[in-house]
Amino acid sequence: MMTMMKNTRTMRALQAAAGMIVLAFGWQILSMIFPHYLFPPVPEIISRTVEVLITGSLLVDVLLTAGRIFGGLLGAFALGGILAMVIGQSRTAENFVAPILTFFQGIPALSWVVFAIIWFHGIEFRVLFIMIMTTLPAFTFQILDAFRSMSKDLFEMTMSFRPSRWTLFRFLIVPTIVPGILTAWKVNLGNAARVVVVAELVGATGGVGYQLLRQQQLFDMAGAMAWTLQLVLFVLVVQQVITAIENWALRYRAVSERAM
Amino acid sequence: MSDPVIRFTNVTTVFSRPDGRGDFTAVDRLSFEIAKGEIVAVLGKTGCGKSTMFKIVAGLIEPSAGQARVIGHDPFREFDFFRGKIGIVFQNDRLMPWRTALDNVLLGLQILDSDPKQAEDTARAWLTRLGLSGHETDYPHALSGGMRQRVSIARAFAVDPEILLCDEPFSSLDEMTARDLRTEFVRLVRQTDKTAVFITHQIKEAMDIGDRVLAFHRPARIAYEARLNATTSDSDRQRVHDDIMRVLSAEPAGTEQGV
Repeated sequence: MMTMMKNTRTMRALQAAAGMIVLAFGWQILSMIFPHYLFPPVPEIISRTVEVLITGSLLVDVLLTAGRIFGGLLGAFALGGILAMVIGQSRTAENFVAPILTFFQGIPALSWVVFAIIWFHGIEFRVLFIMIMTTLPAFTFQILDAFRSMSKDLFEMTMSFRPSRWTLFRFLIVPTIVPGILTAWKVNLGNAARVVVVAELVGATGGVGYQLLRQQQLFDMAGAMAWTLQLVLFVLVVQQVITAIENWALRYRAVSERAM
Repeated sequence: MSDPVIRFTNVTTVFSRPDGRGDFTAVDRLSFEIAKGEIVAVLGKTGCGKSTMFKIVAGLIEPSAGQARVIGHDPFREFDFFRGKIGIVFQNDRLMPWRTALDNVLLGLQILDSDPKQAEDTARAWLTRLGLSGHETDYPHALSGGMRQRVSIARAFAVDPEILLCDEPFSSLDEMTARDLRTEFVRLVRQTDKTAVFITHQIKEAMDIGDRVLAFHRPARIAYEARLNATTSDSDRQRVHDDIMRVLSAEPAGTEQGV
């Protein structure tokens, strides 16, 4: 069975790599047809990408963006978790808060960028505000859904032992909402990466978004691609870390042999 | 004579219909007493309110009228008083899928803040007693239905409760497994001197387990009561069986569904 799993994983990895190779190959062909300032050759993009990664002064911008993404996501996660718990236990709170969050969800990220620039001075606070406001509704609703999917049977069984609220939270609620939390992180990570770039593009003096703005001003397509790839790589690495955590935390789940 | 461990006095429970069209009565002026050390089997058709009565004893719901007392206390209003005093075996095993067999048995002990080392020894001992030695680290999905129900029985016994409540715990198991577990369960209850309320819809199971059998009509009220013991003759047992059959068959039609 283990060999079968390994073969399946290898096959998936090969298919994914093949897809990327086809994409790179197509780009390379375009670079031969069109001028390099529009479609730079793949080796040049790769060398510029590596250059960012190994040059300390440039890597700082990548780390700055990563920090902003994590800061925003952590803030939204903490606030969203509290809101979800409050809404989950009170219908009145839900009636009050849920429409506000739904309203926020309808506001485009760019509008939040404009609001932040008008309202606040500090760059970091602006970015944090934008990140939280754009990811808070999704975190709240996803954690709330996970909380609401808690088994009534398990709740009654746990309550039969008369736990304190804290014990109930630790032993039942947390394990119940963990899968939902991990999914929320995966979904919001992609959203946050897109939003942070917009926020940095308009209102920051450092970070991947700021660097992208500079490449646009220099009309440097290879540079724009290199900085874009930094963000893509960052998202992919963090997604893999979350998947690894998910595999460990949800190891109790039965896996159908047919599905493998 | 000592006070009864469980006493219901004219307990009535009325629920609102989920679709909002009025109410229905699940328990109707139910009165009975259960003495310490007694095993009482409660019998009735599906939806007769047995489980509602069970949840009242467990303190999970409050009666609409009447008085329910368990060890002299109100199980709903004095919820915390019953910490460690009531163990429950449910119809389905209700094991936490993210906990191993051992951790599931440990749950009640952890909630009661037992000493970790002692709690683990107790949990392991109960798993061994129920024939699950070697399965301590298995997750529920890796266990058979019978094994999972054994884990849930171990979980209920591990906290050493005064009262055991069992809601059709063997109904989803095959007959052979159910029979073995039934025998094991009665032996453990007798050995540990517990008071037990055993809900079932099978007459034979009720008669095999109970010192006393209560047959419910719908909504829950006692329609028939019989005492049984080891000296009850086969002919008397057959008579009780026939009486219960007659009483349950004679239940009026068109009564409300319980919960």
